[in-house]
Amino acid sequence: MSLVVSNLSVDHGAIRAVSGVSFTVESGKIAAIIGSNGAGKTTLLRTLSGLKSATHGSAQWNDHDLFSVKPEFNVRHGIAHVGEGKSVIAELSVEENLHLGAIWRKNKKEMKSTQLDVIELFPILGERIKQRADTLSGGERQMLAIGRALMSRPQLLLLDEPSLGLAPLVIEQIFQTIKSLRDQMSLTVVLVEQNALGALEIADTGIALNLGKVVVAGSAQSLLNDPAVRAAYLGY
Amino acid sequence: MYKFISSLLIGLSLGAIYSLMSISLVLVWRSTRVVNFAQAGQAIVSTYIAYEVVNRTGSFWLAFIVAILAGALLGAIVDRYFMRPLFKRVTTGPIVAIAPVVATLGLLGILRAIVGFIWGVELKPIAAPVSLDGYSLGSEVLPFAPYNALVILIVAIVLIVLSLLFQKTNLGLSLRASAFSPEIARLSGVRVNEIRTLGWAIAGAAGAIAGILATPTSYLSPNSLDILLVFGFAAAVIGGLESMVGAVVGGLVLGLGVTFVSNYVSTSLIFPTAFVFLIVILLVRPSGIVAGKRSRRA
Repeated sequence: MSLVVSNLSVDHGAIRAVSGVSFTVESGKIAAIIGSNGAGKTTLLRTLSGLKSATHGSAQWNDHDLFSVKPEFNVRHGIAHVGEGKSVIAELSVEENLHLGAIWRKNKKEMKSTQLDVIELFPILGERIKQRADTLSGGERQMLAIGRALMSRPQLLLLDEPSLGLAPLVIEQIFQTIKSLRDQMSLTVVLVEQNALGALEIADTGIALNLGKVVVAGSAQSLLNDPAVRAAYLGY
Repeated sequence: MYKFISSLLIGLSLGAIYSLMSISLVLVWRSTRVVNFAQAGQAIVSTYIAYEVVNRTGSFWLAFIVAILAGALLGAIVDRYFMRPLFKRVTTGPIVAIAPVVATLGLLGILRAIVGFIWGVELKPIAAPVSLDGYSLGSEVLPFAPYNALVILIVAIVLIVLSLLFQKTNLGLSLRASAFSPEIARLSGVRVNEIRTLGWAIAGAAGAIAGILATPTSYLSPNSLDILLVFGFAAAVIGGLESMVGAVVGGLVLGLGVTFVSNYVSTSLIFPTAFVFLIVILLVRPSGIVAGKRSRRA
């Protein structure tokens, strides 16, 4: 049980955004992918879910080939992607956003019980259930985006910059939630973050990307202790 | 007073038909970002098919059902085999913005030509299923007839069905999600391409209903629904192009406006009235009269 990415390259037109990237994430672990703007983190994640096509390489989740189907079918294989920037549909209500996440299951009973689980995780969503998503605060929207992904009962969660633009306290709360998804629901998480310190603190493994290439990879602890990583990404 | 009431009722029944055409344009615009000028062509085809069914079976209601199915099928075909390849092929350069408009206008011309080729250009009638003679109030005969009441009733039913479909069903949620954010819909497992084709089918059905309802009070010819397209488009813009409620409000405002102007000022002003409404709205409230607080994200 693992996510295995091998020798993955992705092009944006003439520019190679991801170049020969390989890594493995064991089931039930959090992998933090860190790097500055333009390092290829988002492209990597979008390729894994199928939104963007790979130029070379492969990605397997257990025995499912991620590149063999469109994104709307990857979710049926237990893979949920939360896009960059509070990926919710502003015009829909909180409840509709949540229902959307489970819509392909066509099972109302299961959807309702999953919704209760998500609201237990994020009680504020329960209080705002009938409100339009664009009335939520930034942190609430991010919770809704993650909640929407959880509604599909995924095994592998791809999270793109969940801390982006949020207040420090809210960031801490989001990171703790991601940690509890691993610890309590045994989810496997690929966490793309510019907030390297926060991400590495909850992650099991870390991968630092620069200009589309892996520069350092190892246990999260080893990255936290690596002087080069500290200088480049942690700022101390 | 009679004149006022009858203007009001006639305006509502006219506006109801504009609303349907307007909804049809808004549905396609929301999901595909295309103003589907071919909608008048699709509706003329389905209305001619309805004309054939009425001729052969004598049943307006059978023709009505057949027109809806034909309109839906045609809408799906236009998206699947015309718009989808077009979007795949045309991806860069200034042509991207203009290609869909040119394509739908071209398709409108083609559909009209096909219809003219098959049925000729002479005017054809479709008999109304109920009387076109106005109700009488005392000694006065109103222009408002049972058929106008039927139109209002049918459109009201269609609107209720559509709003239940869009607000209460999973299919409706998929349609709205795909229109507002195709990427998030796709990541949630919605088969966005298929759902969009379905949206075109629903739009085609709404346009087909508008076409067959508009015909008994006038005649059918290859371009007899063009005016309906113009009014439907004006209504959609008045309503803000994005909202189905806006489309209905726009249609009713336009239907009432046109009828009052024609009854109280001059019938020759019907056409300009639509454009005056359109221009005033664009200048005063370009986001439409019922637009929400924020517009759709790019």
